Amino acid sequence: MRCDCKPLFFSAVFVLPVAAQAQTSTPLPPTQAQFAALQQAVQNAQSNADNAWMLVSAALVLLMTGPGLALFYGGLVRRKNILATMMQSFAMMGLVTILWAVAGYSLAFGHGNAFIGGFEHLFLRGVGLAPNPDYAATIPEQTYMVYQLMFAIITPALITGAFAERMKFSAMAVFLSLWSLLVYSPMAHMVWGVGGLLNANAGHIPSLDFAGGTVVHITSGVSALITALYLGKRIGYPHTAMPPHSMVLSFIGACLLWVGWFGFNAGSALGSGPLATSAFVNTHFAAAAAALGWTVAEWIHNGKPTALGAISGAVAGLVAITPASGFVQPFSALLIGAIAGVFCSFMVFEVKSRLGYDDSLDAFGVHGAGGTIGALLTGLFATSAINAAFGKGMPTGAMDGHWGQVLNQAAGIGVSWVLSIVGTLVLLFVVDKIIGLRVSTEDEHEGLDLSQHGEEGYDLNS
Amino acid sequence: MLKIEAVLQPSKLDAVKDALLEAGIEGMTILEARGHGRQKGHTEFYRGREYTVDLLPKVKIELVVTDDRKESAIQAIISAARTGRIGDGKIFVSRIEEAIRIRNDERGESAL
Repeated sequence: MRCDCKPLFFSAVFVLPVAAQAQTSTPLPPTQAQFAALQQAVQNAQSNADNAWMLVSAALVLLMTGPGLALFYGGLVRRKNILATMMQSFAMMGLVTILWAVAGYSLAFGHGNAFIGGFEHLFLRGVGLAPNPDYAATIPEQTYMVYQLMFAIITPALITGAFAERMKFSAMAVFLSLWSLLVYSPMAHMVWGVGGLLNANAGHIPSLDFAGGTVVHITSGVSALITALYLGKRIGYPHTAMPPHSMVLSFIGACLLWVGWFGFNAGSALGSGPLATSAFVNTHFAAAAAALGWTVAEWIHNGKPTALGAISGAVAGLVAITPASGFVQPFSALLIGAIAGVFCSFMVFEVKSRLGYDDSLDAFGVHGAGGTIGALLTGLFATSAINAAFGKGMPTGAMDGHWGQVLNQAAGIGVSWVLSIVGTLVLLFVVDKIIGLRVSTEDEHEGLDLSQHGEEGYDLNS
Repeated sequence: MLKIEAVLQPSKLDAVKDALLEAGIEGMTILEARGHGRQKGHTEFYRGREYTVDLLPKVKIELVVTDDRKESAIQAIISAARTGRIGDGKIFVSRIEEAIRIRNDERGESAL
């Protein structure tokens, strides 16, 4: 009889000395105190593992804004506006942080009603290093708070793509600060906050949004469209060609977005366990499939595959998988990505040129449209095999037979569209009346780097 | 003294410079320029829309030579730059009134 003798041999090497010692003193079972200490140690190990991943994820999401988005958008504008474009993202990194610490976090994640949180965490009161079991039981609440902050930073930064090259820096700062408190925080509360209208756990209309398809991408994308329509087209659009001044920068930015998105989606598992793996794999698969989808669609449509199309496709896929990342299987993610790549390319090539609005950097075409289709497809492809979001044994999405979830998703989408449209219109109107939104014609011709910041992005003569 | 200005394809710059040196002409100024004559531009794609770029990159060489050197300079440029296709460029010749060497006040042909 063949035996697997190696393990037997090795365990004998370790067991024999212990057995020999045991003959001198009888080993006692662990006491209550020792057992409790052991349990605590295991819990600490789990918490530390989760916290490590969450802190890295927070850093990855910030990387998406600076320099990811700054480079991506910066490369797409004309040279005279590069610094101003990057400044808009950077300004969010500073402004939103302060607002979030003072009131934003409390309004999003404090206890309130179905639509908005409360003021219990004003100035981060009560937000310490102990976990908040309402949201993430294994990590310090400050980790959760700072992770969510990075989302709050990038969301208004995405909107800047729609009004690129023509908005006053001062007006942008005021408008987006107000937007962060009055549109972002309420939306975050409705989807993720305790008692929120759309919360998957106990909301009136439980909607599935793993990492922010509605909260981040639909709100920013739709608000971007409203802003583009309100402000009007850039001077010379669409007759004058305004190609990107540096596709190189945009390319680097897009790749940083792709890598950073692992923090955005896999970090939304709020832990370092297998759900994070699921979200990570889905994120990557969707990006790849969408890049291919857009590229193929463009190759057929225009005869040549462009670098801009490929990177835009990848971003569209990442947007679409955002709400679905922790709910679907890998091949569903591939499909979601492919659909988003083709759909968003259609939005940008056909719909935008037919309707004639100047969404300069396609914030609506990629984020608004991608977020919307992603949120719908989440309802279709979500499965309890990956994430039993509604309880053990309960179906999650249409793949489990729960077709009603698609309607819930549609409701969530509707809420985000309405909040974005109304909130953005009101804020634009108010800020326009008080400060004025658009730069003067001369300033727009001279370029925002000089007119708004007194600087030049590149000094090619020095 | 004559000024010879030649607008050329950027890819021909090195060949023209070498040909001029061989013809014994050492002083020249080289400028980066954009422009076109009858040459059509190229099309680029941005967000699915095609548009024409018709300001093409060019190189401009300027030399000031003595009258007797005019033909050898022109022949050097043409032999190095001609490909026979549209876009080869043009040469213009004009008269120069004065030339001065900054270093030592020399004037006229000895300043060239």
